[in-house]
Amino acid sequence: MVRLLTALALGTAALLAPALAGAQDTPPSPEAQFTEECSACHLAFPAFFLPKESWSAIMNDLPNHFGEDASLDNDAMTAIEGYLVKHAARSNRRAFRKYDLETAPPLRITELGWFVHEHSNEVSRAAKKRAGTMTNCAACHRGAERGYFDDD
Amino acid sequence: MKHRYLACFLAPSVLLAIATTPALAQDTSPAAQIEAFSLEAGRAADAEAGKAFFLASHSGGKPDTPSCTTCHTMDPTKGGQARTGKPIEPMASSVNPARFTDSAKITKWFRRNCNSVLGRECTAGEKADVLAWLNSL
Repeated sequence: MVRLLTALALGTAALLAPALAGAQDTPPSPEAQFTEECSACHLAFPAFFLPKESWSAIMNDLPNHFGEDASLDNDAMTAIEGYLVKHAARSNRRAFRKYDLETAPPLRITELGWFVHEHSNEVSRAAKKRAGTMTNCAACHRGAERGYFDDD
Repeated sequence: MKHRYLACFLAPSVLLAIATTPALAQDTSPAAQIEAFSLEAGRAADAEAGKAFFLASHSGGKPDTPSCTTCHTMDPTKGGQARTGKPIEPMASSVNPARFTDSAKITKWFRRNCNSVLGRECTAGEKADVLAWLNSL
């Protein structure tokens, strides 16, 4: 019995140790911060939709974020930009060829050629109305929050 | 006997678990925030003034967000909707007890939304008034 209880106590301690350490001052991972902050207002759009130049431009102008102030403190901003840049699309992809990525990278996924093409004919008026805006991916793509969009 | 042993080991574990999980947020309360903003403003909070401020159309901010009600609607006991279509939980603390319990969130959203609606930070008095109204509904 004593042995069982000792094991139980040790097990509980082992389980709690990381939680205690985490509760002190280790910030959440960049990915966790990205999900938490970006999904506060919209789907946390997967980084692979835009090149790193786009993400840097977006993250460095958060006080003017598509008509609203979405500013973050510097630590969160740096962590999230780092995450997005790391997982961004390759800058030399065909989709970005028409842009001067250094001076005027694309800022809206919905403006990219393939996006317009994919949504131009097959999205019904009713579906558009239900979604409200083309940025509301999850209205039609059930796997959107997991980064899965091939369900159409 | 067996149960007493178990309680000795389990009670501290449970207490520890409770103590560690909510430590990340929930560091304040609506009343504490109202008091802090009032103190900073040097006057008592005025819920009626907060109501007028929340419901008014302002100028000086971004064109798509002239009022708090643009996204939060005229009734804070009901949910609102962001311009993206994403639902916003009710602002009134009576129907949404999680409101105004995380000081970092309060700072962040007042900074963002005051700048979007008014084109400037809100004063401590304005924040006290709005919170007093949202906490009185």
